[in-house]
Amino acid sequence: MNEETKRLGIVTSGSLAKGVEVRLDSSASVEDMAVGRYVTIEGQKQRFFGMITDVSLGVIDQKLTLTPPDVSDPFMAEVLAGTSTYGTIHVSPYLTIGGDVASLIEGPQPVKTVPSHFSTVNLASQRDVELVFGGEDEKRFYIGTPLDMETKVCLDLEELVKRSNGIFGKSGTGKTFLTRLLLIGILQKGTAANLVFDMHSEYGWEGRSEERRKVKALKQLFPSKVAVFTLDEESSRRRRVSTDFVVRIGYDEIEPEDIGLLRQTLNLTEASVQAVYQLYREFGNKRWIEATLELEDRDETKQLLTRLNIHDSTYRNLRRGLETIRRLPFLLPHVPDNPVRHILEYLDQGINVVLEFGRYTDITAYILVANLLTRRIHAQYRERMEKALGEDTAPPHPLVITIEEAHKFLNPEVSSQTIFGNIAREMRKYNVTLLVIDQRPSGIDDEVMSQMGTKITCLLDNERDIDSVLAGVSGKSELKSVLSRLESKQQALIFGHSVPMPVVIRTREYGSAQSYKEFIPSPETEIKQQAEKDIEELWE
Amino acid sequence: MAEVQRVGEVIEASTTDFVAQCYELYQSPPLGSLVKTRDSGMELYGIVYNATTTSFEPGRRPIARGKDETTEEAVYQASPQLLKLLKSEFGAVVVGHRQDDKLHHYLPPKPARIHSFVYLCSTEEIKEFSQSFDFLNILLNTHLPVSPDELIAACLRQMSQVYEDRRAFLVAAGKELAILLSGQFNQLKAILERIKT
Repeated sequence: MNEETKRLGIVTSGSLAKGVEVRLDSSASVEDMAVGRYVTIEGQKQRFFGMITDVSLGVIDQKLTLTPPDVSDPFMAEVLAGTSTYGTIHVSPYLTIGGDVASLIEGPQPVKTVPSHFSTVNLASQRDVELVFGGEDEKRFYIGTPLDMETKVCLDLEELVKRSNGIFGKSGTGKTFLTRLLLIGILQKGTAANLVFDMHSEYGWEGRSEERRKVKALKQLFPSKVAVFTLDEESSRRRRVSTDFVVRIGYDEIEPEDIGLLRQTLNLTEASVQAVYQLYREFGNKRWIEATLELEDRDETKQLLTRLNIHDSTYRNLRRGLETIRRLPFLLPHVPDNPVRHILEYLDQGINVVLEFGRYTDITAYILVANLLTRRIHAQYRERMEKALGEDTAPPHPLVITIEEAHKFLNPEVSSQTIFGNIAREMRKYNVTLLVIDQRPSGIDDEVMSQMGTKITCLLDNERDIDSVLAGVSGKSELKSVLSRLESKQQALIFGHSVPMPVVIRTREYGSAQSYKEFIPSPETEIKQQAEKDIEELWE
Repeated sequence: MAEVQRVGEVIEASTTDFVAQCYELYQSPPLGSLVKTRDSGMELYGIVYNATTTSFEPGRRPIARGKDETTEEAVYQASPQLLKLLKSEFGAVVVGHRQDDKLHHYLPPKPARIHSFVYLCSTEEIKEFSQSFDFLNILLNTHLPVSPDELIAACLRQMSQVYEDRRAFLVAAGKELAILLSGQFNQLKAILERIKT
């Protein structure tokens, strides 16, 4: 035993489903325990790694609770502590870390049993935590530290981008900071290209912290790897952001599915959405919006509507909705430049694209643009993937699409229709995955939630939100108590595919000059890498 | 030598306890002190649970003699034969033994021999013996004329005197008692009240 292991107590009862009860030694005070801390349990054949999920008090004789002893006498209090009165902690074992060769190679394994009676429980040492969460390397990105520890918790980003992921939390709990960190990680490790639909223009050039302090965002840290697209040139110029491309969308790009998705925000009826398909068929795919809006209040229009079996009130409802869309300044009747082509060009070069919405933070614009672009990009990726499969060539570089206010896209009513619902479900088949950011996870379709690989959640206090985030996770009730006790800042619970077990982290620092330096690979290592590459090429 | 002080001689013995007579009147060791007696190759440890002073002849009770004396001392001075007619005895409950240089906290295979000498244990011996609190269980479960609460408290108070950190010793002993008396909180409380410093 090295010096840093601190004995806490012994296992007294438990089950695999519910976790084990640990009776604390008299030397370990209940008040020093904290939910979310790590412990190791020394079983007879294997070591278990688990997390404290509850702390409780016990008495050996019920009489003590009825006639409490005089604890003002320190001698009495000291004798009784840990013997007649004791603390218990509830530990959920998650992994086994063995000492034999096989387990060293395979790393920590999920638990399939519980430790035997009276196994010793120790506070996990730095080394144990490191063994479980790994060190920083080419694939792993350091995202934060466990509570009360200096060890790094690292996310396996290669695994992360293989599935859709979610970042949740109440407003002001640090979702944006976490997202920025994660995007930087993906960018730094180059595991995937990012496409960010940046509703509040805070990921591209710079954002602001809660204290209104400016913090650098992607483009400032990695100028050569990030392109900022904007929908609102003026706003970008005012904020002195150098943009790479101004996105304009033509009416001809809008398809009936896009309108269907906007049903709620535009307050359209179901009949109006059906009418869109009819009009689309009638006028052809290029001009249907223009043609519909050009219809005048004449007899021919009435005849047309009767022929198409569209009720007059439905038509008016639809027309009002389309007028709203038409008022969006970035929508033009015809656009010479195809934004999708541009985005793909950048993504193909491995350059990450951040699309700023500027002043158009209105949800209609966001849903319309995000859905429209994503659908086409996804179609392109699908085509390429199929081609790659057919011709046995390299598949396209993975793409991660970041969307905010995700419950608007992925709520149960629309998730089956939108492309985002599809991406979340079919996951990695086409190398496109989502990074979903939301503050009301209960609004997201259960099916989509269940498909998410890794969930990172900051403090949530709404019961329904907590339930939906934790749906389908083993040890839900234990995690629930951990989740609702997170601090409102800089703390997050990560669980899912890319971490071996649920972990509460204190998020890595972001915003100081030193923190920026850590993200950017130092020129020396880059030069060194280049030199190594040159030498390799020389010998080829 | 003060360390191995001889305090008496065994006059009655059984597996669980022995009675020793003191060489001097009123010189019995204090209640709860650790004493030992030797047998061939074996040492028996006992804890003093009782002390009596009676006359030698069972049917003959002492009578009050001090009516005309001014001090108690004068009574004995006036009748020096008294010292020869009275005897002090003490009983010790056997709590462990040492055999082949190994200390055991359980009953020895054989009781003490009559006329074995009884010694008061030295500081080192007390320290060594009290490394384990297993003897507390014997004290709790033996039927004695004196209440086990009193005896345990007295014993722990005696033993704690050889430790520099008396309190730490008593807390450790208290914790052991708390486990042994897990269902009898009132008894535990009574003992703790008697040993608290």
